[in-house]
Amino acid sequence: MHVGVAWFLGVSAVLFGIGLYGVFTRRSPIILLLSVEIMLNASNLALISAARYSGQQAGQVFALVVMAVAASEVVVGLGLVVAMARRRADLDVDSLTGLRN
Amino acid sequence: MTYDVVFVVASALAILSALGVVLSANPFYSALSLIGNLVSLAAMYLLLQSDFVAAAQVIVYAGAVMIMFLFVIAYLGGRAEEPVRSRPWYQTVGAIIAAVAIVAEVGFAVEEQAFGNGASVSDAFGAPQVIGASFLGRYVLTFEATSVLLLIAAVGGVTLAARRPAPREEGAIGAFEIQRPVTSISLQADVVDAETRFDVVRTGRARDEDGEG
Repeated sequence: MHVGVAWFLGVSAVLFGIGLYGVFTRRSPIILLLSVEIMLNASNLALISAARYSGQQAGQVFALVVMAVAASEVVVGLGLVVAMARRRADLDVDSLTGLRN
Repeated sequence: MTYDVVFVVASALAILSALGVVLSANPFYSALSLIGNLVSLAAMYLLLQSDFVAAAQVIVYAGAVMIMFLFVIAYLGGRAEEPVRSRPWYQTVGAIIAAVAIVAEVGFAVEEQAFGNGASVSDAFGAPQVIGASFLGRYVLTFEATSVLLLIAAVGGVTLAARRPAPREEGAIGAFEIQRPVTSISLQADVVDAETRFDVVRTGRARDEDGEG
């Protein structure tokens, strides 16, 4: 068995699918954020394996930028969770329907 | 050979811990599983000769970001638990279809492609010097945009999570005097009465708890 870039891309796709399943089925906003982290990391793995395959640095640079974006997303998301908790709202993303109507 | 073994172990750990994140009921265990997932991904980055990204992954992700998650989960306590309620069957089925679809899509795309051995790279590939040079050279605009993004996110996080400022005491010097509506006359009288007898120390916390909610 030769572990080439295809194997890394396959693992990345599986991780992305798992994260997608979590985003679709879970209701706790914290676990939703954790699932989004899995998806971002799966895309990072694809970027880095492509960078290694093509021998160019750009993929690694983009992976670092994706890390920064993920950190920003976590900060804002956790801020929202804390704000929800402070307003004594139910910590359930399905109950956040205030903007529907 | 060692390469293959490390790859198999790291990818198996990554997939199992990702399943642990998605399937465990307790958010605390989910966060701990995610740390395992991030560390096994860092091992795979090392296999791909991305030393600096692997180090950043462990320090920034598994360190800083996950600590923030664990702080918030500890702050919420039991409220972080997921509300127990049966979800409609089509939600689960749709999620499985979407997940399988993306895996199949990438699988077919990869299957079609005849990948070679990949470019041969020098030892400097993925070294901090090279990454730093490209961040300050060709990708300097991206670098600056990222710094602005992080600043905005920090300000936004503080604004979202901050308590509302407590109203100022009488006699305090300030531009705004916020008058809170008197919720209960009798309670107010009690407080005034108590104040004449005891030294009532009002903390900001007690004032903050009422009126919000």
